[in-house]
Amino acid sequence: MSEAQAAAAPGDDKPMIQIERLNKWYGSFHVLRDIDLTVTRGERIVICGPSGSGKSTMIRCINHLEEHQQGSITVNGIPMNHDIKRIEQIRRNVGMVFQHFNLFPHLTVLENCCLAQIWVQKKPRAEAEQSAMEYLERVQIANQAKKYPGQLSGGQQQRVAIARALCMRPEVMLFDEPTSALDPEMIKEVLDVMIELAHEGMTMLCVTHEMGFAKTVADRVIFMDQGQIIEEAPPETFFNNPRSERTQLFLSQILGH
Amino acid sequence: MRESTFRTQMIEAREAPDQRRGLSGWLRANLFNGPLNSVVSVAVIGLLAWILWPFLKWAVVDANFLGSTREDCTGSGACWVFISARFESIIYGFYPAAERWRVDIVFALMAALVAWLAIPRLPRKRLVGLFTLVGFPIIAWFLLLGGHFGLPEVPTRAWGGLMLTLTVATVGIVGSLPLGVILALGRRSKMPFVKSVCVIFIEFWRGVPLITVLFMASVMLPLFVPGNVEFDKLLRALIGIMFFWSAYMAEVVRGGLQAIGKGQNEAGQALGLGYWQRMGLIILPQALKLVIPGIVNTFIALFKDTSLVLIIGLFDLLAIIRAGLTDSNWLGFSTEGYVFAALVFWIFCFSMSRYSQYIERRLNTSYRR
Repeated sequence: MSEAQAAAAPGDDKPMIQIERLNKWYGSFHVLRDIDLTVTRGERIVICGPSGSGKSTMIRCINHLEEHQQGSITVNGIPMNHDIKRIEQIRRNVGMVFQHFNLFPHLTVLENCCLAQIWVQKKPRAEAEQSAMEYLERVQIANQAKKYPGQLSGGQQQRVAIARALCMRPEVMLFDEPTSALDPEMIKEVLDVMIELAHEGMTMLCVTHEMGFAKTVADRVIFMDQGQIIEEAPPETFFNNPRSERTQLFLSQILGH
Repeated sequence: MRESTFRTQMIEAREAPDQRRGLSGWLRANLFNGPLNSVVSVAVIGLLAWILWPFLKWAVVDANFLGSTREDCTGSGACWVFISARFESIIYGFYPAAERWRVDIVFALMAALVAWLAIPRLPRKRLVGLFTLVGFPIIAWFLLLGGHFGLPEVPTRAWGGLMLTLTVATVGIVGSLPLGVILALGRRSKMPFVKSVCVIFIEFWRGVPLITVLFMASVMLPLFVPGNVEFDKLLRALIGIMFFWSAYMAEVVRGGLQAIGKGQNEAGQALGLGYWQRMGLIILPQALKLVIPGIVNTFIALFKDTSLVLIIGLFDLLAIIRAGLTDSNWLGFSTEGYVFAALVFWIFCFSMSRYSQYIERRLNTSYRR
């Protein structure tokens, strides 16, 4: 444990996330095959690929929402294992935003943002509320703090979900198709928040099909298919000169019309 | 422009809706707003009168309410003197008359605590709730049982009547809900040992009739434990009832847990909340709210089934009324006795039902879409 904590000391140029030869099966179905991925501090990565290609599963392995069977994951210097204490330590460094928001419907927006601060970080309520309001302000939804999630639009809910994750002051943010469940006119308000976050230097892994977002902020675009990383390249190369045929086909299908 | 598409003349104004209020307005709107409805209303009212009138005549019009002995039963209807003459024993059972103030204090305290918890406006719910769950049972135990602080001991075999019914129901309700929640969580656990213990517990207690449980608790259990260890008969019945109903409760709660999407749990995990925090703060508040009707349904069934303790020789409300019927001075008043018992049970069960509906409405508004 002390070794892990020492390794987690900030300021070093160790990779933020290191995934080595990751393999995962659902029963006999091989979802992730030999994934190798290194994410440096402050890097913004967009992951795309056809549905069922394992992209969500991969980022869900990073905070152990999914268990992997082979390979290693190291987050901020802390190697992942099956010890729940270790997993919770990693989760405190990793924020996550889900496709379906997963806000707590029985709590107000403000309470949603305070819950983990109070129970995980053991902050006094007043302090938690203050920092929650700061983040709600940043996603421009502070005026809705007293409302319940069910009273907000999809875009507003997703911004609250981002604020809730940021309240924990994570070092990495994982986005699992954050705009896929939104009406088209709400996608922009969520992407704007994400772009702003990217410009502030947050390390981000983002599963999305918003290619405009990828072009604007990504340092690297990763293409996955059938549980493998097929291609990884900076956005200019990825969109203009994709190497593999599978990537070309995918791009022609999503950009073609 | 086709003529059929557009009207060329204004439609005549419709009659204004009936604005009459008061009884005549209500009757017109709800019972007589058309020929068919009027006929149905008259028929239903007639049917009700036909069925209810003889009962009301018996229970109220021709009944005797005042008096103290059988000689006061002069009317042709019910004689409620039977109830009032035996009222003390219906409430206290065989509890010694000189000590009944102790029961009164416990009743009053319980009524006050329940009222405090039930009325949303009153503050300090957490403190009062904690006292109700921890302090009150201890106080009630010492007061009712006695044997300490100079209070003479009143053994549980002297308890009876409404007091015993309420004791059994309260302990059953307060005990079975938390136990049921734990069992429901255990049954969904990923740990094979915990899971199988909970499954076996639930399936065992759910699979046997409550009468069997009570018989086993009172007749068979003493055969298995060493002779010098004496368990109170009431205590054994209470534990049996609690286990039995907690199995039902567990399945009700599990139904609620299934209904909460797994995204809620994942969101909690991603925020770093531990298992008990996720359950206590996120999953259970939502799940229990969903199954309030099922929980209260179980409470009501439990309340009514307390009368089964009769078969192991405990005299609850119903049993004490039956015992009164065998009193040679009061032979032939069984209808009054059973109607009264039914009324008391109904009042308690109906109150629980109404309160649960009120709670459901109140919790719902908080995040209605």
